[in-house]
Amino acid sequence: MMYKKNSHLIWLLGPALIVMVVFLYYPFVMNIINSLYDVNGLGASREIFIGFENYRKLAADKEMFTSVKNTGIMMVCTVVFQVGIGLALAVCVDAVRRGKEFFKTVFFFPIVISATAIGLLFNLFYAYYGGMFNQILTALNKAPINWKSDSLALLMIILPIVWSYAGFYFVLIFTGISNIPSDIFESALLDGAVGWKKFRYITFPLLKGVIGTCVTLAVTGSLKVFDLAWVIAPRGAPKGSTHFMGTYMYETTFIEENIDYGASIALIIVIIGVVVSQIANRLFRDKEMKNGNSR
Amino acid sequence: MEIPGKTLAAAKKSIIYIILSIWAFTTIFPFVWLIINSLKPSREILSSSFTLPAAPNFDNYINAFNKQNILVAYANSLIISGVTMIMVLLFASLVAYGLTRFEFKGKKIVISLIIGSLMFPAFATIIPVFRMVVQMHLVNKHFGVIIPQVASNLSFAVIVLMGFMRDLPIEVEESAFIDGAGVSKIFFSMILPLSRPALASVAIFVFLWSYNDLFTQMIVLRNRNMFPVCALLNEISSRYGTDFGLMAASVVLVVIPILIVYIFMQKNIIKGLTSGAIKG
Repeated sequence: MMYKKNSHLIWLLGPALIVMVVFLYYPFVMNIINSLYDVNGLGASREIFIGFENYRKLAADKEMFTSVKNTGIMMVCTVVFQVGIGLALAVCVDAVRRGKEFFKTVFFFPIVISATAIGLLFNLFYAYYGGMFNQILTALNKAPINWKSDSLALLMIILPIVWSYAGFYFVLIFTGISNIPSDIFESALLDGAVGWKKFRYITFPLLKGVIGTCVTLAVTGSLKVFDLAWVIAPRGAPKGSTHFMGTYMYETTFIEENIDYGASIALIIVIIGVVVSQIANRLFRDKEMKNGNSR
Repeated sequence: MEIPGKTLAAAKKSIIYIILSIWAFTTIFPFVWLIINSLKPSREILSSSFTLPAAPNFDNYINAFNKQNILVAYANSLIISGVTMIMVLLFASLVAYGLTRFEFKGKKIVISLIIGSLMFPAFATIIPVFRMVVQMHLVNKHFGVIIPQVASNLSFAVIVLMGFMRDLPIEVEESAFIDGAGVSKIFFSMILPLSRPALASVAIFVFLWSYNDLFTQMIVLRNRNMFPVCALLNEISSRYGTDFGLMAASVVLVVIPILIVYIFMQKNIIKGLTSGAIKG
């Protein structure tokens, strides 16, 4: 009876929906339209309709290929190492009695630090002259290494990203483990499931939903990589070899001012994001549904 | 030959503790290293970054404050992230309340619009958004960063708050209604206070994301006096990247406020994250 007058919805939903439509949905659609026109300069208007020309160019663009490849490598690394380390840490913390809160606090901590600050911190580690890593090498009587060389730079961007976000997935998975009813573990214990067996047959299958969420977040997260890559290797240094889709889009749009081309890269990012997260959902959700544990 | 079960279990326990301590070391050590080195002159960092400072001093910090308007950057960050946070909290809780209490045509569409927008990375909207920001004369203004950030944080906030408000007992609201309270009174004097735990977690996350979002800051703000902390830090690194002492001190200055927030709010942060991601 009290929530019948739908006129209230105007002030309840209005403000947020206006902001979202004007600053999210409208620009999203405009961005797609922009990618089909020739736009010269950030403030310029759409001039000539060029259809799918930009997408044809993208298909043959070597730098785009590099950025897609690097983003793909990033995705694999985040899924395998971020989620993997998160899972390992969660299982370990669950197995100990003392210090749970301490480990939670400490593992999660890097996530709240801005990627910019983490990038600069790692720059101090990587520096050729007097960087922390090379100081360790010198102390071990080894020659210093150029950590941002062609062959290492990509790895050196992925390392801090994996390191700083593993704690995020740790917390998600740890909560998932804590939510498993304890009587399941008790009856498993009676059946002799301990250690690896317990993990393989009890914990892991019950965590599938949570791990699925983690994989989806990790995959879409790698598509959003920007700040940290930009701080460690601005403009894809060296020579564009460490571009990710986000940094390449930024460079094309805001440095080269090739607006329509940047717009088409942005759309590709969205499409890949939707497709990959659908795949991740399928892989991890299907079985759970069959077990009747649907959320 | 037989290994007693107890010894084996104890050995396993210690291996687990060793693994956990190694990871804990990797997250703590870099920041300790950073703070220690920020108290040394650059020359000393370059030669021996693993020793305690020979003569600890705050020269790098004084240098950082003299070269850069760090206090202004803190103020800019506080304004931008604070206003973003308040607007997101208000708008999102209104929507969450509306969507969990009212039945109407098109409700499903509205909900899927909100969830769908989680798929838009900032890259996909920034060009038209920037053009609008230019047309509204908001370039180099706090509001030019605030509005896009509000838009992109709303859906996360709505989803978390909906999960929370759905579970609030409706009987209390009904009895208040019978006593003559209107919908707006119920919202402001009952729903908002009852939702405080969820609002706190959303607030912290929105604040952190906004504080740390270099991308939007870089694009909308071109004038150094308007730079929030992250944009300033980015600029310091491109100008004085070789001055290790100054860099270390600047990074510490950016991290300190976040560190303080984290230490005090740590429980809320972790709880908010899990309730949002698991329920949503």
